[in-house]
Amino acid sequence: MDKGARRSFWEVMDDMDRRIIFLILLVVVTLPLIISVGGEIPPTAPVISAHESVEALEAGDYLMVSIDFDATSAPELMPMLRSVLRQAFAKDVKVIMLGHIAIGLPLGHTALEQVAAEYDAEYGVDYVNLGYRPGYIAVMIAMGREIEDIFGTDYQGTPIRDMEVTRDIHSYADIDLLFGFEHGAVIDYWVRYAQARFNQKMTFGTTAVMAPDAYPYLQSGQIEGLIGGLKGAAEYETLIGQPGLGTRGMPAQQWGHLLVIGFIVLGNLGYYFTKGKRKRSGETA
Amino acid sequence: MKRTVPLVITFLTGTFLVISFFVPHAPFGELEQRLLVWYAIVAGFTMLLGVDSLIRAHARRVARTREGWAFSLALLAGLVATVVVGVIGRVQYGSPFHIQSPFMFIYTYAIVPLQATMFALLAFFIASASYRAFRARNWVATLLLVSAVIVMLGRIPIGAAISQFFPVAQEWIMDVPQLAAKRGIQIGAALGAVSMSLRIILGIERSYLS
Repeated sequence: MDKGARRSFWEVMDDMDRRIIFLILLVVVTLPLIISVGGEIPPTAPVISAHESVEALEAGDYLMVSIDFDATSAPELMPMLRSVLRQAFAKDVKVIMLGHIAIGLPLGHTALEQVAAEYDAEYGVDYVNLGYRPGYIAVMIAMGREIEDIFGTDYQGTPIRDMEVTRDIHSYADIDLLFGFEHGAVIDYWVRYAQARFNQKMTFGTTAVMAPDAYPYLQSGQIEGLIGGLKGAAEYETLIGQPGLGTRGMPAQQWGHLLVIGFIVLGNLGYYFTKGKRKRSGETA
Repeated sequence: MKRTVPLVITFLTGTFLVISFFVPHAPFGELEQRLLVWYAIVAGFTMLLGVDSLIRAHARRVARTREGWAFSLALLAGLVATVVVGVIGRVQYGSPFHIQSPFMFIYTYAIVPLQATMFALLAFFIASASYRAFRARNWVATLLLVSAVIVMLGRIPIGAAISQFFPVAQEWIMDVPQLAAKRGIQIGAALGAVSMSLRIILGIERSYLS
């Protein structure tokens, strides 16, 4: 294209500097985070099922929480983790945390300590963090027989048999529900080994990108429920009646989605209206 | 001999683990449990190998002042600093993960923001790609494009405010065509994994020995 030639509106749009796109996205995502608080999000069936699976637990039951994500997915998964922990502690359910992503486990631990403090829960009595052990497939299968073989101590090195919360916990048979927070393929292994082999009841919270991977398990009834992405987190917050970062983040996500849709439409209009000119000048599409 | 012994060990271990899956009773169950604990220990040592490889690669780059050596130096300094504060945390607080330990300071104020920043950049590339690359060039691309727009609108509150069609259609796309494709891929991958496992157990596939 000649530099000196006058370009049409669509040619200009078709060739927009990517820095302008970046700037628009920054403004569109940041502003709603600052000025909007977000409203209640009506819950969908998979999130309602996830909520019900925790709601079905009774005081003294055991909830195993698996932290299988790191900071890259924290904005989506931390709000749902906090909501699930709040729901569990409010019902006096015992929480056993572990994780298969070593670098993400401190995030889970921080949330666990914060929420436990809100409910005056006591470490070693009401909850525990078993920490991380390498080789997650082996860890998952071995826990089906004897958890102590793999997690002899908690993350601080305290023997699990010395703590009230884990004194009588031996295998999945003692765990009433497993709730995994996933940003990768670990969910497949939980289902393959802990559910298919040991019939462990399980529910998952995943990133929006990972949610489609979990749908087959949800439809086959292998998992109880599914919280997908920030929207799922916001729905869960609606269900427990405690709006948090999921709800607050939804306006930013909404405007981000609308912007991307707008970009797709604009990009395609530019493509359509400049198609003839590209053909004439012999450029490939 | 050098190749036969590993092949025999692989065959015996593989066969034993397949049997123990279907017969979890004594002696298979106990032995499987023992093997799993061994596996976890060996997996722990692979981390050491990873750290060793990382240090060697970056130390070499720094020593030879190859392009980007300063980044390698920063990586090595970060590695050493994290280990040191981890040890200090262990001595001072009994665990590096204690909320007040210096390790958690580095974790909270360096590792987490750095990881989050790297991943957040993806949003900018997606926005740019949506503008430049997501084009209705043929009917298949158009179908993908229309589905993507419906799913995106169906997953935000304004989609439902515009029309109830969007959340309903979004759910249908996720529950039917998406699920069918996903299930097909998963079944294919599982069959592939079974076939590869059998090839390894039977000694047909030997590339892991080289």
